[in-house]
Amino acid sequence: MSAHVSERIPTRRQAKPSSWMDTVVLIAGILLLWQLSSWALGTEVLPGPARTLTQLQREFADPDFGAHLAETSKAFAWALLIAVAGGIGLGLVLGARRLAGDVMEPLLIALYSIPKIALYPIILLVFGLGISAKVAFGVIHGIIPIAIFTMTAVRNIRPVYIRSIRAHRLSPWQGAMHVLIPATVPEIVAGLRIGFSLTLLGTLLGEMFASQRGIGHLLMLAIDRNNPPTIMALALLLFLFATAVSIALLRWDRHLRH
Amino acid sequence: MANTMPSNDALSKRGRVMGPRRYRVALLRSIVVLLSIALLEVASRQAWIDPISFIPPSEMALSAWTLLTDGAYREDMMLTLSSATASILMATSAGFLFGLALFKLPRLRRVLDPLLLSYYAVPIFVLYPLLIVLFGLNRWPLIMLGFLFAIIAMAVNTLNGLERVPQVLLRTARVLRMGKTREALLITLPASLPFVFTGIKLAIVYSFIAVIGGEFLLSGAGLGYQIAFAYNNFDNATMYGLMFLLLTFIGAINLVLHAVEHSLYQRRVIKEAV
Repeated sequence: MSAHVSERIPTRRQAKPSSWMDTVVLIAGILLLWQLSSWALGTEVLPGPARTLTQLQREFADPDFGAHLAETSKAFAWALLIAVAGGIGLGLVLGARRLAGDVMEPLLIALYSIPKIALYPIILLVFGLGISAKVAFGVIHGIIPIAIFTMTAVRNIRPVYIRSIRAHRLSPWQGAMHVLIPATVPEIVAGLRIGFSLTLLGTLLGEMFASQRGIGHLLMLAIDRNNPPTIMALALLLFLFATAVSIALLRWDRHLRH
Repeated sequence: MANTMPSNDALSKRGRVMGPRRYRVALLRSIVVLLSIALLEVASRQAWIDPISFIPPSEMALSAWTLLTDGAYREDMMLTLSSATASILMATSAGFLFGLALFKLPRLRRVLDPLLLSYYAVPIFVLYPLLIVLFGLNRWPLIMLGFLFAIIAMAVNTLNGLERVPQVLLRTARVLRMGKTREALLITLPASLPFVFTGIKLAIVYSFIAVIGGEFLLSGAGLGYQIAFAYNNFDNATMYGLMFLLLTFIGAINLVLHAVEHSLYQRRVIKEAV
């Protein structure tokens, strides 16, 4: 899959040392700002970094926490899987069929920009209370950007690839697996990055409303009980997870484009 | 960095659809939309899908019309609209300045780059309770939520636009010995306008998403809250009516923004080609 990409040697070595410095400066800056605002507003309103970390440890020690985390992970994993598979499939079809793509594209963008949370009740009515509603809500958030990115990538593919599909008389499935997907991996990864964060957002939002389990539910409980340390601890957990994956995908994306 | 919004790439593509084909595409698109609405209508009327949980679109529209004419939710609508407007104004102005600062200070930009790129990976709604503690139980937490959600999109697109001002235009400014202000007003701003406008469009969309989402989850007033309230009370007619109003409204805004953005980019393409 990455054979045609890996032969290019990365040449931007000299930027490395300072980029580490930048990261250190950024993290130190955030921590400092956080600590200062915590002191300014009072630790009971905004717990500082140290307090948040101990609270996070305490959350992990809680016997129920594992089940909530597992619930969210399960819902998120399913949602991401469906969003990625569906998004790439939809994007390939709409990209390969120009007319269908032209017709559907503005509709997809319109769907992307409506506040989907207001439609969550419909999802709940259709899927019922439970994990499938969360998964569905995560999917409708994540599938659209992946589809749009894939579609754009397939449309901009070099015509020689399309001709070679025809020359080899590949079936649509073979053409997708051996030509279209390998040729569009960088864009698919870029779409994946946005799809990932939106799927996470959708799953969490789904858990925050009408749910009994999951990290989103814990957040909602903490909000109802006005428990800033727990809110901050969970926010930190999500922040670290989302940022780590996002940066990893970004690295992958850059690696593929070089 | 343009990756924050898929619409941008997509947009430049659509510029190439021209002439009678464009009308055919528009026609087909309307047919697709009308057919899906008709299908929902039939499916609901024939009880293929549960008519209690999904009422026919015609009844949604009817309910929306009643809600609109009897004015029971006018106050909530105005509340949502005013909060979103405040958030949009703040996010676009602050976002523009932030983007400008990032452009002028490359060092700052290098440090903040990872943050800008992964900003939207974090569900911003988790900060809402803290905002309530900070700003009190009023509309400000919602406005700030919208602001925080929208500002980075605005800043990133402003930066993007400033970076893409063609070199030749900047050289022209130097040849004509323009001062700093004249260069900014006559060259840099017009040349980066399409991208800045994409930022404004996203700021508008994101502000509405955050304000309505915040209302839906944790608020006591506004359109989002009323939808959640109707859902919790099994009042599906009101719920779908409100959703219908919301979607029509957001859809109309999107349509206008899209048209403006499209013409801006197209003008830019023509200019670059000449």
